[in-house]
Amino acid sequence: MATEKLINLAKTIRSKNAGTDKITFDIIFREKENYELVKKSGVLTPETICKLYGISQERIVDFVEFDPAYAIKFTIYRQRPSGSPGESDVFGCQQYAPLLDLEIPLE
Amino acid sequence: MTKKPLRFLCPNGHLGFAPIKTGSFYRGVETKPDFILADSGSDDIGPGPLGSDTSTSPLEWQKHDLEHMLLAARKLGVPMIIGSAGDTGTNSRVDLYVNIIKELAEKHDLPKFKIGYFYSEVSKDYLAQKMKKGQVIKGLDGRPDLTPEELDKTDRIVAVAGVHPYIKLLDMGADVIIGGRSSDCVIFAAPAIRAGFPEDLAYYLGKVLECASFCAEPYGGKETVIGTITEKEVLVTAMHPEQRCTVASVAGHAMYERSNPYYEYVLGGMLDMSNCRYEQYDEKTCRITGPKFIPSDEWRVKLEGSGKVGERYIGIAGIRDPYTIQNIDKVIEWARAQARERFGDTGYELHYHVFGRNGVMGDLEPVKEIRSHELCIVVEGIAPTKAMAEEVAMIGTRQMFYARLPEVKGTAGGAAFVVDEVLPASPAYIWTMNHTVALDDPMELFPTFLTEAGK
Repeated sequence: MATEKLINLAKTIRSKNAGTDKITFDIIFREKENYELVKKSGVLTPETICKLYGISQERIVDFVEFDPAYAIKFTIYRQRPSGSPGESDVFGCQQYAPLLDLEIPLE
Repeated sequence: MTKKPLRFLCPNGHLGFAPIKTGSFYRGVETKPDFILADSGSDDIGPGPLGSDTSTSPLEWQKHDLEHMLLAARKLGVPMIIGSAGDTGTNSRVDLYVNIIKELAEKHDLPKFKIGYFYSEVSKDYLAQKMKKGQVIKGLDGRPDLTPEELDKTDRIVAVAGVHPYIKLLDMGADVIIGGRSSDCVIFAAPAIRAGFPEDLAYYLGKVLECASFCAEPYGGKETVIGTITEKEVLVTAMHPEQRCTVASVAGHAMYERSNPYYEYVLGGMLDMSNCRYEQYDEKTCRITGPKFIPSDEWRVKLEGSGKVGERYIGIAGIRDPYTIQNIDKVIEWARAQARERFGDTGYELHYHVFGRNGVMGDLEPVKEIRSHELCIVVEGIAPTKAMAEEVAMIGTRQMFYARLPEVKGTAGGAAFVVDEVLPASPAYIWTMNHTVALDDPMELFPTFLTEAGK
């Protein structure tokens, strides 16, 4: 089946702190078509996120399909609060990269 | 009779963190807004600035932004409001900003005006007393409720204010307000509520304006936007010639930096954005209707606390030998063992950030195999004293040079150093509190003051 990488379908793919204990991920689409395509593809679900990042379900706080913004959003708990010793992403803003290459089936 | 709409100019989403772009700011000022406002604080910057009671932003950038905003506000004769002064909103940061405003008034020979300010620091004693009386300091975001031990590890605490001190200071006649730690949206919501606009729209106005041009597209920070509130709607307009506030950019912004895009909690209630409608109003303006503010049945305030873990030094090592790269964990284990031999197992921390493998993402990194031809390893040594932290970082870094790998060809040194030393870094802190406590009164932790500037 033909696929397309998420990076080529989405307008914005980003991660950022949501407070001191969580990192939130936003995948925002320009067109409703691409949003619906990805939403229905089943590639982005709490289960697939857990697999991609190697985390357990308990670390996912929220998973929201946000129709007004054509966006899919999920939030995870950090292992330790932002900026703790041993942490290397104070803003949580470079954790989205693995999402870019997700292959989305086109049908 | 319908109320005259009010217009709020916001030039910056974190005042001081990077200087405001003045082109779009003055474009906005020319339209004669009713208020000039910016939030200056964030917990994004990590626990260090709060714990050490410092700013993360250079003084010159803070002065730059305050100067442009103050001169424009005084010229227009409209209130200027700053929330969470100086990155953290601690008392010393509020004092710093009040003094900058006074200096600027003198420098520019401004006619007399009133500065209102409030504090938001919370003493450990106050919380200890509450706990003794049986009050629960509830943990947020999966944290357990506060224990006396955790409180003990805390150096500095701020409470996150709602609209109340801002409304009070406006009532007291303040022309400029410098706020302690506050929810970002309340600095905008407060004047709108005071003017009689619905809370539903007032809090949304704050929500959409708090990060300035982050709600516009194309992406570009530190540009001015103007929010307008009427009795029926909020309008948000980009001031930069290239930027627009669109349905996509504004709706998308609703989810920024929050766990859930529908709800925003503040002292006194929750803004529900589930039924927001977004429409393109004109080329550069998005119109929003339908937010709902739901007042809470108790006053629960959010507390942020930071505690010092230790002094810190940083070492940097480069690795190019392919065999060493493949065996980097053994190299690190060797260096750790040397630190253990010197200092034992506890009483210090030694962390390795292996850039080129998982330095950015740590355990979240799905790429498990090393694909780089070179690695940069940042070594973090943390200990009770500077001298010990320096030594911990030094052992952790230099012993990579001497790591004993059986098959390594190069035996003259196993790591490349940019500098043959370790570098002093800011002390290590940790967020000890992300909690809430019940208040009898929403002003309980936020004493307000009035002073004068100019002549």
